[in-house]
Amino acid sequence: MTTQASHSGQTPLVEMEDIHIAFGGVKAVDGVDVDLYPGEVVGLLGHNGAGKSTLIKTLSGAYRRDSGSIRINGQEVAIENPRDARRHNIETIYQTLALADNLDAASNIFLGRELVSTGGFLDDDRMEAETRKIMNRLNPNFEKFSAPVKALSGGQRQSVAIARAIYFDARVLIMDEPTAALGPQETAQVAELIKQLKSDGIGIFLISHDIHDVFDLADRVSVMKNGQLVGSARTEDVTKDEVLGMIILGKCPPGATPGPGALDGDS
Amino acid sequence: MRETLSRSFRTLQIDTRLLGMIAALLIVWVVFDLLTDGRFLTPRNLFNLSVQTASVAVMATGMVFIIVTRHIDLSVGALLGFIGMTIGWLQVQVLPDLLGIGHPAIWIITVFVGALIGAAVGAVQGYVIGYLAVPAFIVTLGGLLVWRGAAWWVTSGQTVAPLDSTFTLLGGGAEGTLGATWSWLLAAVCSLAAVVLLFLSRKRKSDHGFTVKPFIADIVLAGLFVAVIFGFTAVMNAYAIPARAAARMFEARGETMPEGLVLAHGIAIPVIIVLVVATVMTVIAKRTRFGRYVFATGGNPDAAELAGVNTKLLTVKVFALMGFLTAIAAVIASARLRSAANDLGTLDELRVIAAAVIGGTALSGGIGTIYGAILGAVVMQSLQSGMAMVGVDAPLQSIVVGVVLVLAVLADIIYRRRTGD
Repeated sequence: MTTQASHSGQTPLVEMEDIHIAFGGVKAVDGVDVDLYPGEVVGLLGHNGAGKSTLIKTLSGAYRRDSGSIRINGQEVAIENPRDARRHNIETIYQTLALADNLDAASNIFLGRELVSTGGFLDDDRMEAETRKIMNRLNPNFEKFSAPVKALSGGQRQSVAIARAIYFDARVLIMDEPTAALGPQETAQVAELIKQLKSDGIGIFLISHDIHDVFDLADRVSVMKNGQLVGSARTEDVTKDEVLGMIILGKCPPGATPGPGALDGDS
Repeated sequence: MRETLSRSFRTLQIDTRLLGMIAALLIVWVVFDLLTDGRFLTPRNLFNLSVQTASVAVMATGMVFIIVTRHIDLSVGALLGFIGMTIGWLQVQVLPDLLGIGHPAIWIITVFVGALIGAAVGAVQGYVIGYLAVPAFIVTLGGLLVWRGAAWWVTSGQTVAPLDSTFTLLGGGAEGTLGATWSWLLAAVCSLAAVVLLFLSRKRKSDHGFTVKPFIADIVLAGLFVAVIFGFTAVMNAYAIPARAAARMFEARGETMPEGLVLAHGIAIPVIIVLVVATVMTVIAKRTRFGRYVFATGGNPDAAELAGVNTKLLTVKVFALMGFLTAIAAVIASARLRSAANDLGTLDELRVIAAAVIGGTALSGGIGTIYGAILGAVVMQSLQSGMAMVGVDAPLQSIVVGVVLVLAVLADIIYRRRTGD
């Protein structure tokens, strides 16, 4: 298979195999396989409701899968909740950003992983100091350290969410529609950051319904439709139009590896 | 003028909402003082006010956490009644037979049992709300009926009295106070602690290289703290115990009162309880993971969940804490009356919620402070005892309180909209 040829001999960072999840009678994710290698960006594409967010939430711990297995570095792992995912250095930047609007940047970045002083009390000053360091790297213009994040601009809020994901030595980063709410300049910043993280060896899942957000950044794309995998392809083997065909029609081009959701023949 | 004023407040970095609330309280006080020809702002009335506020103030601190996590607790008044009755029943009808009347362990056992009941009831209600997903409004509305009924059941409606004499000190009668010397001492200790904490925090911040406010601002702030603490103590110490009551206190100890001695009340024990509760609750809110999760959950429950917070268990803990504080309030309320009647705490749930809300707790969740809730309780109690003093008819009193509650929340909403936070 073309996708695996380029990684021959290497253990995937993440392997999700035959993942199923249903809500009531609706099969939101129906037997999907995806994988991710270190330093690789995989775009997970599909319409709204195709199941891509649901699939990835089983990896981030927000949902529990009904069946299927997840392996990290070849080891089968149990991910029952967000804490489990964090323990395996899987970090997620949610589309909604998942920030507590009433708290400041430091409280959000360290939420659930607070720094404490001897005696177990929160060390807000140290958390703020760390926050200043990382924000300096991500967004040097950031100044509102004591304001609730509600008072921040969309780009600043995004950088808080990103800071939270990468501060704790992420190995796998999940970005759900990372640029949906951003202007062109901020989008370019996010793209720059993705390249930088990739060169640090972090594996990134990039989830989007818009192929233009993803195509130039991704090494591979996996396309979902109606809860099933249409197919996966290296971006150099397919064109944007072909991927668009996968998203809209479920039609798998010759350069891609078809999945169970691909249309049979040319019908 | 306004510019420089607001700038100097900004340099001091004092919460302007806090200032607004203090201003509102002072206006209420001055107006009542004028209406009563100077009878409102007397040491005697302020002392009574401080004691009357205590029970609601203690519960209001817990209600802050409840409302911050987007819940409500309508059962606190009824639970207070039930715990008060249970404590009274134990003190009057059970423990004296087992231990003998006036046994020194009686008050400790009953307070402990009360606290246990409060925390357990709160935890059960919290479990139904958090894990079984029944809305807090319904669960605690049910609780209101259940515990009020249970309060009656304890003694089939009979009032129990008199309560244990050590226990009644916790209610802050003439004897349940610190007296002048200890009050001054307490004021000194509190002042020292406040100043030390202020400058330690300043030092920590500057050690991290953060810009700190001008030194003079911290000096002014420290001066304000000390002035308020000593001012309050001076007022409490200015209220003398009536000569006959003082003489009785000496008699009880088998002594005779020296001629011409004037004993001061000093700070009442329930006020000290409020002080301790407020300090601990503030530390919990600001400096512990639990407190951080309470506010995070209130601000965005999904985000808290995704960050690994067990919001269901958190709900159980928050309601258990509320129940525990209700028990403390029940101790204060029954000790103050020296008896327990089954209507103890009636309508307290509304006073407590009003205190928290007037104190700036947002019903939409995520926002609220402990000191605000206590100030809110003082405002509520000031209105009520002020109107009683002026001689306002009882029906008109509740109309005024109701209108004030709505106006206070409206003012808060307008303030938040203007300042954008």
